[in-house]
Amino acid sequence: MTQDIVGRANNEGAALFREWFDGLTSTAEQGGRGAYVFVMGSMAELLRVFDLPVIFPEINSLQTAVRKVAHEYLNQAEDYGYSPDICGYVKADVAVQLRGGQHPMGRIPNPAIAVLTNACNTYIKWAEIWERMYHVPVFTLDIPGTRAAGTQTWPGDRDFSNDRDYVLSQIKELIFLCEQITGRKFDIDKLREALLHANTMSRGWKRVLELNKNRPSLFNAVTDGTIYLGVSNAFRGTEKGARYFEDLVEEMEYKATHGIGTLVNERHRLIFVGVPCYPIFRRFNELFSEWGGTFVNSTYLWFAAGGANRGFEYDLADPIESLAEGTLITVRDAMDSMFYQDQALAEMIGPFHVDGVVYHPIKSCRTVSTGLADNRRALMASRDVATLFIESDMMDRRVVSEAQLKNRVDAFFEGLNSRRMAATR
Amino acid sequence: MSYAAGVDVGSTQTKAIVIDESRRIVGRALIDTGENVVAAAEKSFAEALESAGLLEPEVEYVVGTGYGRYRVTFGNAQVTEISCHGRGAVQMFPGTCTVVDMGGQDTKAIRVRPTGEIVDFCMNDKCAAGTGRFLGAASAALDIPLSELGGVALKAERPVRISTTCTVFAESEVLSWLGKGKRIEDILAGVHQSIAARSIGLLRRVGIEEEVTFTGGVARNIGMIEALNRGLGLKVNVSEDSHFMGALGAALFALDNIVASRAPAFAEAAV
Repeated sequence: MTQDIVGRANNEGAALFREWFDGLTSTAEQGGRGAYVFVMGSMAELLRVFDLPVIFPEINSLQTAVRKVAHEYLNQAEDYGYSPDICGYVKADVAVQLRGGQHPMGRIPNPAIAVLTNACNTYIKWAEIWERMYHVPVFTLDIPGTRAAGTQTWPGDRDFSNDRDYVLSQIKELIFLCEQITGRKFDIDKLREALLHANTMSRGWKRVLELNKNRPSLFNAVTDGTIYLGVSNAFRGTEKGARYFEDLVEEMEYKATHGIGTLVNERHRLIFVGVPCYPIFRRFNELFSEWGGTFVNSTYLWFAAGGANRGFEYDLADPIESLAEGTLITVRDAMDSMFYQDQALAEMIGPFHVDGVVYHPIKSCRTVSTGLADNRRALMASRDVATLFIESDMMDRRVVSEAQLKNRVDAFFEGLNSRRMAATR
Repeated sequence: MSYAAGVDVGSTQTKAIVIDESRRIVGRALIDTGENVVAAAEKSFAEALESAGLLEPEVEYVVGTGYGRYRVTFGNAQVTEISCHGRGAVQMFPGTCTVVDMGGQDTKAIRVRPTGEIVDFCMNDKCAAGTGRFLGAASAALDIPLSELGGVALKAERPVRISTTCTVFAESEVLSWLGKGKRIEDILAGVHQSIAARSIGLLRRVGIEEEVTFTGGVARNIGMIEALNRGLGLKVNVSEDSHFMGALGAALFALDNIVASRAPAFAEAAV
């Protein structure tokens, strides 16, 4: 039983990802097109109703870094005229487009439409590139964000009702646009089915994240978690995605019951804040695991899942209205996870038995990185928890210095060890 | 009597310290690192032993630190220079709460507890601005030995403002000021103030709490001490042994290990 279930989610996740890219390649080779979307508010549930393949340029880009070829793509975009200071995801995607969709995982279809939210300001400028390159419609879903930290509104509140109506009116526009592009009529039952699967996935995602309170931790939020995250995005609203998350919950519950941790000798439990260092993805984690450190949670698994971590479940009796409500809550939450995560982190320190919080601002992304210094200061003021602030990048190996990272990580763990020693005196 | 040693292999110089059980420094050595890091570590250790009048077997535990710490092949353990400078500074100045360590290629700001435990730290990233290397560029441009820069800077009357934050461009900026007829003293004072400002920026990131102790090779520069004092509005602690602080911290960690080996309960938590 153990052999069958432990590690299953990682293997199946990798297989599903290959399958997904194979599907995209097949679409591209047949001249098909898809919907270019983003992880924070992909609207995949709705786009599936129109059989539009969802394509995540962010994921395409990070895959070039994981596969150690990002520099080729970045250089090509920079040679084309993009500044080294521009988001690495954007530049890698520009190079993919310049190469006619050629990508290390296959071939990426051209867009029929781009759907984005205002969760990241770069999304808007990024989509303009496709708009001009391919002359396709760009639909920007404007999601009202949290006005100030800790002031979210909820159902029953008039502001929330206004915000939901605002999102709802935009979703109706998007439905109309999709009908025009695809020539297909909107099918509410098909939406209901996608929402049903999305509910299973969100419920599973929330449960899996909570299960990592377990000691030892059941999965590494940076390495394993990113695999689950990929499936959460690419297969959102599908039967395969729903089954994957049911299996994932089963695996994690099994590991919890049998005391099977992700590390043999777990010494330090950490939370990761930011975007992973994809150019040295495995090595980055080893810098921590070599000291017995494991990531029990990560804000990346919140915002890059588009807020699915909240476990929001759609009301299938009222699909469109519920989609509007869910989109508002989850995308708003994704933004809060980037900008106001300190309170959520403070509340997790105890239940997750956290020893330290690792902040990883990245050169490529000002949106996710700018407030981290303030958030870190706020967390340290409210909790006596060790923190580490290390900078590198999610794409560009030119600004990733493993030696510098190691020095800082080593000093962090030396501090954690001396803190622990002082506590035992 | 047991002895412990620390060897700090820095980018420019390698320092070694030998201490006895009472944490008293009994031997020290300072040499240029050069290209052979392993040899530099060995030579500095040998010289420190000689100055202590000890033989190698008499030193029970050696900790390597600095960027070349993993090249201290005879060492028993490695500890980062961040932890070592914090520990050494608290040993030398027990009231230390904040440490600024200025070395050849990096500058560190470190917040410490009275035990020497690191609360927070930050370092310059991807750029040598605000480090000893910046002084090296000025030294080369003005053809004045590094050891004399600080004294010359103290004679300034109207310091210039060095605007570049890039060590590579610093040399050309210094030359451009010379071309405009500025006095060397005023140019050098500007260089020192520029470096001090960058370092104070790092210190602010970890929070400046008195006492502030200045460590690292640049702590021997009287012009930089003055620039930091002025910039911070306080008097930084400086010792004649400030540039040995990393090696001293490493030696103290080595001594911890000797003590821990006698008290097994604490052994796991050490280094």
